[in-house]
Amino acid sequence: MAEYLNLFTRVQVRGPLYAGTPIGRDERYRGKSSGFNYLIGKIGDAQLGPIYLGHLGVLSLFFGFVAFEIIGLNMLASVNWSPIEFVRRLPWLALEPPAPAYGLRFPPLHDGGWWLMAGFFLTLSVLLWWARLYRRARQLGLGTHLSWAFAAAIWLYLVLGFIRPLLMGSWSEAVPFGIFPHLDWTAAFSIQYGNLFYNPFHALSIVFLYGSTLLFAMHGATILAVSRFGGEREVEQAVDRGTAAERAAIFWRWTMGFNATFESLHRWAWWFAALCPIAGGIGILLTGTVVDNWYAWAMQRGYAPSYPSVAPLLIDPALSVGGTR
Amino acid sequence: MTMLSFEKKYRVRGGTLIGGDLFDFWVGPFYVGFFGVLTIFFSVLGTALILYSTALDGVWNPWKISVAPPDLDYGLALAPLRQGGFWQAITVCALGAFISWALRQAEISRKLGMGMHIPFAYGMAIFAYFSLVVIRPVLMGAWGHGFPYGIWTHLDWVSNVGYQYLHFHYNPAHMLAVSFFFATTLALSMHASVVLAAINPGRGEPVKTTEHENTFFRDAIGYSIGTLGIHRLGLFIALSAGFWSAVCIVISGPFWTRGWPEWWGWWLNLPIWAR
Repeated sequence: MAEYLNLFTRVQVRGPLYAGTPIGRDERYRGKSSGFNYLIGKIGDAQLGPIYLGHLGVLSLFFGFVAFEIIGLNMLASVNWSPIEFVRRLPWLALEPPAPAYGLRFPPLHDGGWWLMAGFFLTLSVLLWWARLYRRARQLGLGTHLSWAFAAAIWLYLVLGFIRPLLMGSWSEAVPFGIFPHLDWTAAFSIQYGNLFYNPFHALSIVFLYGSTLLFAMHGATILAVSRFGGEREVEQAVDRGTAAERAAIFWRWTMGFNATFESLHRWAWWFAALCPIAGGIGILLTGTVVDNWYAWAMQRGYAPSYPSVAPLLIDPALSVGGTR
Repeated sequence: MTMLSFEKKYRVRGGTLIGGDLFDFWVGPFYVGFFGVLTIFFSVLGTALILYSTALDGVWNPWKISVAPPDLDYGLALAPLRQGGFWQAITVCALGAFISWALRQAEISRKLGMGMHIPFAYGMAIFAYFSLVVIRPVLMGAWGHGFPYGIWTHLDWVSNVGYQYLHFHYNPAHMLAVSFFFATTLALSMHASVVLAAINPGRGEPVKTTEHENTFFRDAIGYSIGTLGIHRLGLFIALSAGFWSAVCIVISGPFWTRGWPEWWGWWLNLPIWAR
């Protein structure tokens, strides 16, 4: 019964370290250091490095470091500069956005100003990293698909921290920096707007999150299962079909009556992964700006179940006359 | 269209786990096999039970169809059909269909000379479902702890059970599961992107190679896991997402009954903080 499932690399072949495909003059920005790691080689490529450090990358890392420091030092200040308390309470510590009273103005540093600056530098860092990924792909003569997938994630990030606060007219609407605090924000946000589960775009976003996980499980398992036929060489199999691609396709055809190809599978995967933050961003953007209570909204549209035995008459106080709005 | 141009040479007998040659045939593009028959049986019966149940409820809006588990009073006993018996029967049908489907995948893998990775991976999804509707209800002593079968009602169940523990995001296994879900989606987007970028490099450019894919990720982040490694990693983190999802709900109730934020008290009270 025992069979070889190719879960680990049993024999690691060591050739010379590979510097990378040529990029002309810019090769001087490629680091010199690289090496092999045996344990990493058990599951993946054993070579670590070299990394390319151009201007965009260095600037992005620098601004990312600035944001990281602003957040960390503010957290350290919040425990009265005690290193022990900092470590002890780190998961609970936060750099909170300004209070609602400040609206979109620049608040005093200790009252949300640092938060605004951290967000600014983090955004700068993320955008520079986007440009770096675009340049790296172009210089190697590759398509820019990764940049556009990353742009989908940046869209969700900007909706949460910038676009929606702008539309709501207050920085206080944005997410705090911190481990438990951002989770608290998420839960409070859902409750405040009548349970985000009834937001159709939130539902779609989760469909694509779970769908991506399902797809990667199916895809990873399929490729490993045909790796005995060289199935992991996907680009070669996509342009010159071999028995690995044929068996992988036929497996799913026989299983569910439909199959992707070695190229189209990656298009399904790209869209599932990209649509997760795209749909999520739309869902967040509509919350509070267009829809105040998703459960009430779903009830009006006849798709939310009601529970007359436990909650006979549900009236959202925020929607009644003289309510909070 | 039922057969791909290269498919005929793969349609050979053998590889079945049970039933010999009896069910070793295809219907259109679908392979049948003993477990295909079993899958059809369970899924048709289960769907019919859902339709019968909703017909008795008089609910025909697909968004509002819901089959609820029995009341907690029934404990682990069988309930009358309309008091949760439908849910129990449908759960049996679902598990029967899922397990048959996994075994059918195993037969197809054997037929094609492939590894058993796919049925194993699917088994993790079955395990997560089994945890929700069997392991946890049995540990809690009532089928009523299962979740209702409805598009929006199952979300209400998730919501309500989450708030029973005050704030489910503080559940450490839930944290791991969510992190694995996000990491899987990120890794999938990176993998899909680099493959598409190599095959579709733009007008006038020749198709690129594995060396270009590796160079891209080494240039960008200092490491490329490689064509084989990414599929090992992807499978591992995708299955970890499912595994920790199952763990996070099974520990809620049977092993921890208070709010999850409170659970973190052990960290705040570690002796190392004492001065």
